[in-house]
Amino acid sequence: MSLPKVHEIPIGGIITEPGSSRRNPTGGWRSLKPVLHDDRCIRCRICWMYCPEGTIKEIKGEFVVKGKKYQYKYEIDYTYCKGCGICAHECPVKAIEMVPET
Amino acid sequence: MKVVFKTVWDLPAEELFASGHRACAGCGPAIAMRWLTKVAGPNTIVVNATGCMEVTTTQYPETAWMVPYLHVAFENAAAAASGIEAAIKTLRRKGLWSGKTNVMVIAGDGGTYDIGLQSLSGMLERGHRVIYVLYDNEAYMNTGIQRSGSTPKYAWTTTTPVGKAIRGKIQRKKDIMGIVVAHRPPYAATASISNLVDLSNKLKTALEYTEEGPTFLHILAPCPPGWRYPEERTVEVARLAVETGYFPLWEYDHGKVRLNPPTSAIAADPKRRRPLKEFLKIQGRFAHLTDAEIEELEKDVVANLEYLAKLASL
Amino acid sequence: MTTALQKARTVLALTSNYAAAYAVKAADVDVVAVYPITPQTTIVEKIAEFVDDGELNAELIHVESEHSAMSAVVGAAAAGARVFTATSSQGLELMHEVLHIASGLRLPIVMAVPARALSAPISIHGDYSDVMNTRDTGWITYIAASAQEVYDTIIQAYKVAETVLLPAMVAYDGFLMSHTTEPVELNDEEEVRRFLPRKDRPNVLKPEKPITMGAFAMPDYYYEIKYQVQEALLGSLKVIEEVDREYGRTFGRSYGVLQTYRVEDADYIVVAYGGASFGNAREAVDAAREKGIKAGAVRLRVFRPFPADYIAKLLADVKAFAVVDRAIAFGGPAGGPVFAEVVTALWMRGIDTPGLSIVHGIGQRSMYVEDFVKIFEMLKDGEKSKVVYMGLRL
Repeated sequence: MSLPKVHEIPIGGIITEPGSSRRNPTGGWRSLKPVLHDDRCIRCRICWMYCPEGTIKEIKGEFVVKGKKYQYKYEIDYTYCKGCGICAHECPVKAIEMVPET
Repeated sequence: MKVVFKTVWDLPAEELFASGHRACAGCGPAIAMRWLTKVAGPNTIVVNATGCMEVTTTQYPETAWMVPYLHVAFENAAAAASGIEAAIKTLRRKGLWSGKTNVMVIAGDGGTYDIGLQSLSGMLERGHRVIYVLYDNEAYMNTGIQRSGSTPKYAWTTTTPVGKAIRGKIQRKKDIMGIVVAHRPPYAATASISNLVDLSNKLKTALEYTEEGPTFLHILAPCPPGWRYPEERTVEVARLAVETGYFPLWEYDHGKVRLNPPTSAIAADPKRRRPLKEFLKIQGRFAHLTDAEIEELEKDVVANLEYLAKLASL
Repeated sequence: MTTALQKARTVLALTSNYAAAYAVKAADVDVVAVYPITPQTTIVEKIAEFVDDGELNAELIHVESEHSAMSAVVGAAAAGARVFTATSSQGLELMHEVLHIASGLRLPIVMAVPARALSAPISIHGDYSDVMNTRDTGWITYIAASAQEVYDTIIQAYKVAETVLLPAMVAYDGFLMSHTTEPVELNDEEEVRRFLPRKDRPNVLKPEKPITMGAFAMPDYYYEIKYQVQEALLGSLKVIEEVDREYGRTFGRSYGVLQTYRVEDADYIVVAYGGASFGNAREAVDAAREKGIKAGAVRLRVFRPFPADYIAKLLADVKAFAVVDRAIAFGGPAGGPVFAEVVTALWMRGIDTPGLSIVHGIGQRSMYVEDFVKIFEMLKDGEKSKVVYMGLRL
């Protein structure tokens, strides 16, 4: 990939695309991977709140787990998850497990 | 504090701090950045002092910020924000700016306690309608964990090593809230990344009071490599800081000091305070502390809680 | 329709500092960072009067240091405002860090600098040590020679800065100009505002189009972004000339990038900058010519970008030249900073006209016409390739 030349770069070093850091997949940093067991999840929102990467996605919908109805479920975006383990550590019901990255 | 968010379910869902930033795994300040932007919303101009959050979020040509963002230098975020606020004021008078726009400084402890203190004081004294957010990780982490005016007593840093003659930092942590409150702003508060509903309500309150003048938010944001603890424990360490009384949650609201839960309960009933050791023992930066040193620090914690309770009773 | 030229003329007796303040008022500046330092202070005092009397619709920011003055106008300019600040000496040194940031962010800030000597020992008097230290900051730098020129140049500087998106400073002699009263013809302010229409630019912080300013660049991008500054600054010379001509057509006064005096047939030329040096040089030209020396003088009105082609052309065919510097380039190869620049301009073009480096007026040491006549005599006597510290008790 060739990098842009002087006149192809906006002046003043400005970055015009908000949130363009998403082009940088930090998931490669991970050595441990959080695995979310939906059947154990009580939808407390704690993992979503504390993730420093914003990689816990809150999906809206109708979800039935063990006979209980929920309006949300959580998924982990492994593209960016650095595997810090805060989600697993903070989860009050141990629904998230850290497993070695393969 | 105005309670805008009653439970975690009231907190805003939209993300304005994008993934792909280069902060360390388990970064406490990165959690703060997510919430500052979420709660302040898209009509917010962020002015960031040089530091971890600037370097890890704006590596050209990519940015994690989804709001207008300016970084000028290390010591002058408050001055640059003063300029933005003044510009908006005049441009609005001239019909060249419309809508409510928050101006929010985000600076670390180096950029606030030390090199940025003068410009912060100037901004507070002049009464600019700016919210200044200090994310405090208690050392110069961006340059590799050097002592700052915020580093607590006895803590190890790379410039206060644990040697044979001197063991860690000799001096106490500076009372930055005291300095800010001495300027009599409408609002100043402490918050912790462990207590996000409290943090979000304080931020909302501060943003509202910024209509009157400058407001200040002091957020404790632990740093795994700097404090030397495993990265999954960031929130736990922040929570222990609050529950041991090391980092009390309180606010200064138009001259009135108020302690917030759980600090209010801890101050009212010392038995509810967890021993300081629980906070210290999981951090490598305090691993060298003797029982006598821990006892001394604990006395400081108790004295500080008593001092704040006294202020709150006035 | 009456043109600006036909309108009733307003002429006031003003110091260069007050002339600067009147130019700021005419330019409808939005934000002014105010911090006192001698000999700059009366500029911001006058602007404060304009604002407090409701004659200028601007926000004053009474900053707590010059570092914050420059930082505040960087912030205000980043938010799209037209901004101004002024400083001298230690104040310019204190804001030095932010000067580079202002040009790197491509913000059209305008600043007045009544030039003053630097500590230690502390001196409140004039020389150009402060301005010369900003040589490589990426700022457009004018050096004016009269109160009228200060007024006209500040207005021009806004137009140039907002066209090429670079900051511009307008320097002039501390005290010898900043505190000396001269007649100044003021423009019709409506006409000035038509001359300076507000323009959109890409580097503005707006919630509707969120950009990141002041990013962190690694070795793969830093060089290109800084080269853009170099290209813009070098290219600004053309814009400076165009704006000066347009200003001349509109308001009846223009200056060029160099001011010359009797150079057409000159054998010996003195290059100077600032009001006092050039005033002395001009009088010395007349005196030298009476003594049979074909003397001429050139004043550098624009220091950055350096008008190297023009200087080289003027000096290519003379017998010898001298540069009078009111600053010392300590430990450098040539005594004075501008002498080194002139020599480089000549060398780059293969011109080997002999030159003499004159340092004078340091800390406002008195400069006399006879000193400048002496320079012409030295040139005529074949003195060259050396540094002369004039007015020094050696």
